[in-house]
Amino acid sequence: MSIDLSTSRELLLALLPELVLTGWAMVLLVVVAWRHRTAQDLRIAGWITLAALASTAVAVWWLWWNQVHSEGITPMIAVDDFRYVADWLFLGAAALTTMFSFHYLEREQLLAPEYYVLLVFATLGMMLMAGGEDLFVIFLGLELMSVAVYVLAGFDRKSPRAAEAALKYFLLGAFASAFLLYGIALVYGATGTTNLTLIGVQVASLGLGTNVLLLLGLGLLLVGFGFKVAAVPFHMWAPDVYDGAPTPVTGFMATAVKAAAFAALARVLIEAFAATDAWQGIVVGLSVVTMVVGNLVALAQRSLKRMLAYSSVAHAGYLLVAVSVGDAQGTAAVLFYLAAYGLTTVAAFALLSAKGRAGESEVQIDDFAGLSADRPWLAFALAVCMLSLLGFPGTAGFIGKWYILVAATAAGKAWLAAVLVLTSVVSAGYYLPVIMAMYMRPTPFATAHAGVRFARLGQVALAACIAAVLYFGIRPNRLLDLTRTSGAAIRPAAAAPAPPTGN
Amino acid sequence: MYDHAVLTALLVWPLIAAAALWAAPERLAKHLALAASVVEFVVSLPLWWRFVPAAGMQFEVTRPWVSGWGISYHVGVDGISLFMVLLTTFLVPLSVLGSYNYITKRERGFYANLLVLTTGMIGVFVSLDLFLFYVMWEVMLIPMYFIIGIWGGERRLYAAIKFFIYTMFGSLLMLVAILGLYFAAAARTGVHSFDYGFLLANVGPLGNAAWWFFGAFFLAFAIKVPMFPFHTWLPDAHVEAPTAGSVILAGVLLKMGTYGFLRFALPFFPEIALHPTVQLIIVALALIGIIYGGLVAMVQPDLKKLVAYSSVSHLGFVMLGIWALTLQSVQGALLVMINHGLSTGALFFLVGMLYERRHSRLIAAYGGIAKAVPLLATVLTIVSLSSIGLPGTNGFVGEFLVLLGAFRTYPVAAGIATAGVIVAALYLLWALQRIIYQRLDKPENEKLPDLTPRELVVLVPILLGIFWIGVYPKPILARMEPAAQHLIDIVKPAPPAALR
Repeated sequence: MSIDLSTSRELLLALLPELVLTGWAMVLLVVVAWRHRTAQDLRIAGWITLAALASTAVAVWWLWWNQVHSEGITPMIAVDDFRYVADWLFLGAAALTTMFSFHYLEREQLLAPEYYVLLVFATLGMMLMAGGEDLFVIFLGLELMSVAVYVLAGFDRKSPRAAEAALKYFLLGAFASAFLLYGIALVYGATGTTNLTLIGVQVASLGLGTNVLLLLGLGLLLVGFGFKVAAVPFHMWAPDVYDGAPTPVTGFMATAVKAAAFAALARVLIEAFAATDAWQGIVVGLSVVTMVVGNLVALAQRSLKRMLAYSSVAHAGYLLVAVSVGDAQGTAAVLFYLAAYGLTTVAAFALLSAKGRAGESEVQIDDFAGLSADRPWLAFALAVCMLSLLGFPGTAGFIGKWYILVAATAAGKAWLAAVLVLTSVVSAGYYLPVIMAMYMRPTPFATAHAGVRFARLGQVALAACIAAVLYFGIRPNRLLDLTRTSGAAIRPAAAAPAPPTGN
Repeated sequence: MYDHAVLTALLVWPLIAAAALWAAPERLAKHLALAASVVEFVVSLPLWWRFVPAAGMQFEVTRPWVSGWGISYHVGVDGISLFMVLLTTFLVPLSVLGSYNYITKRERGFYANLLVLTTGMIGVFVSLDLFLFYVMWEVMLIPMYFIIGIWGGERRLYAAIKFFIYTMFGSLLMLVAILGLYFAAAARTGVHSFDYGFLLANVGPLGNAAWWFFGAFFLAFAIKVPMFPFHTWLPDAHVEAPTAGSVILAGVLLKMGTYGFLRFALPFFPEIALHPTVQLIIVALALIGIIYGGLVAMVQPDLKKLVAYSSVSHLGFVMLGIWALTLQSVQGALLVMINHGLSTGALFFLVGMLYERRHSRLIAAYGGIAKAVPLLATVLTIVSLSSIGLPGTNGFVGEFLVLLGAFRTYPVAAGIATAGVIVAALYLLWALQRIIYQRLDKPENEKLPDLTPRELVVLVPILLGIFWIGVYPKPILARMEPAAQHLIDIVKPAPPAALR
């Protein structure tokens, strides 16, 4: 079905998922205003959130199923498969985070259902980032997401570490937003527009590939996004913030927030800046530094949460390899990798939070010693997560890494693929000790794993994650087809129709 | 029906058995594992009779797997992989039986890992799709990692992670090289496929990239073999692994490296494999492995380490035979691969049996035990002699063929390698002398029990194999010959008259 975005009715249709989610967010706000004291209220808010996310996913599905797309140059919001698949990623990550938060919030006595409101608004912001066809929509989405996540990071008001994390994240995040905004301004100065497709057309037709203003703007945009995806050297905040934030929120940040930033980055670079290859070298350089530093520093971590934080930096490096390819295959690889990595990481953080017990004591890798004897299924789940993050065959993480290697090699960047696999070998040095602790060391004392609890809903979510990681590791066909078609949906502006005259 | 289903059955059955083990009671685990692995062996046996030497690849099955990338489930067996598959299915039941008393904790997990490992090993040998090959190559890492890391000796954690990271380092680079071949063939034909036969026919000249790809394959396989200087993981892994782990490691896992050279590195990159510098380097490394492995084995106070280093030496013979590329030398190399699986496997079993009795692997802890355990001493002597290569045992046939074949290509190297045979005699006979003969001067050794019937059941099949190959290797050589000749024809399409 083709729609014309200049009529308001069809514009509303294009925005259907965002509208549905906004509607639910309003409902949630009202409910929370009246009921915000007991654990029961918390559960009500949680279920409403799940309903909101599910119905939004259905709305996205409806658009996808009817093949809704727009003709000509799209203002403001993209109507394509890339946006739909990215939306599903965010909604899925948010839903899993919600399911894992049920028990966590009660355990930590964080009886404030506003948590879910913030989660929903953050998800809404992500959807705008992935769908934004205009730098301003992307910026608005980014701010909506960021502000909500700043608060989530500091949600545990009693914890000084969480407060430190939130403040650090807020200050540095505000800085990055300023970079992004200034970048947008410079790009606007060079091209006279903030619409991605029109920027692409202008760059191509006016030959702005070497324009100082444009390149400066592009550089600032990269700094802004580099901060959000925690690429080295803009990663300094990540370990502290990931460490201090409540564990389910950390999982949400490491998956959904990162996914949103990557989705927006891929769209901006390919649609607006395909005509200049100035960014490719920068992104390649960032990816190499990020892979090397992320993996090496992760080696030195004893705390599992900090290790996962640095490993997520390393994964940002792998993803940047796929982004640097800059074609449909690279974009598809980004989406597939985000799905595989997201499933794995959310599950890993959930397992970590279960081990953390009340008070969220710092969990060392050695604290998992002997887990396999006491809790074989949890140990198995965490082992699968570690192997998937390592990129081991039989897990979704392997297919994701494989896809990035395919995209990089096809684009003639075999050496970059070699760097990727070599740094992956380093990562075995910190993922394997977790498995080693669980399976090869004895339990230090009888009650070491006594407090590890998973509520029923969390168990279901965890089992679903692990099953999906294994399933997509063995039968990736459907997910591959989905990401392939959606990766092809964002195209360089050169492929777009001729520029309109009266802009 | 059998021809079509056998390889898939061999791959799937151990997985089913491993899953069933989880549900079984702990005390039944070893019996079930034994039954499952015997079934596996029985299923694999008809391969021997139904195999048609001249027919090339057989028992093939092809099913699409990830069609979007041209990945398929394609398996098959030829005269090279046939023996590796049979060796695997032969050694696994023996390893299970040999572990009956050695493994006392978490038995279910141990046998489940051993069975999953079986799938991985057979998968490596039968894969005819490069993606499938890579997956199997890695999959077999995890169970071995657990076997060393959970049921191993004192320094097991170190040995396990070293084994894992060494192997992974090599194989991940190979992954990039596989992708390189895939895109090279796709660029020429427009067809994206990881099929072995398709790639072999369509990769075409690669130019300088071939050097990088060959290097990646070389590294992956050389680490696995292991060739000097990539061998340092091997003594650690062998010494720390439980008996069954050592047997499988020496008997099958090391052969994956040499198999990889035969199946991939040589056929895909003949011009590089035949490049004089590459030849010089590889033959030199093989010789260093033969001599150095032997000399280091000689000075080991630990019997298990001695056997481990002897593996480095034996595998040097295999590499020499492969690179000499004559019919005899390649057949000899294949035979040494089998022989090493039998003899070294048996040696590791015997070391394990001694350890179970005396709780020491130090040669100095023994002496004169022929009086106490005459049967064990006899078997140990026979197996050692076969490892040395005494005529009438399997070891002689294999190493003789390698030397005979290699002499035509590299006369000097063959001469040096002959010295390796002498070194092998030195270290093994000297060890035998210190363990079995001399005076029975340690009171602890006087009451050692002799071999039990169960242990005899483990050892006798191997002894039969040792003598069979030693006396009548013809049926084996006949099955290998067409495949070995085919390999040589691929690598050296027009051999100079002097070599024929």
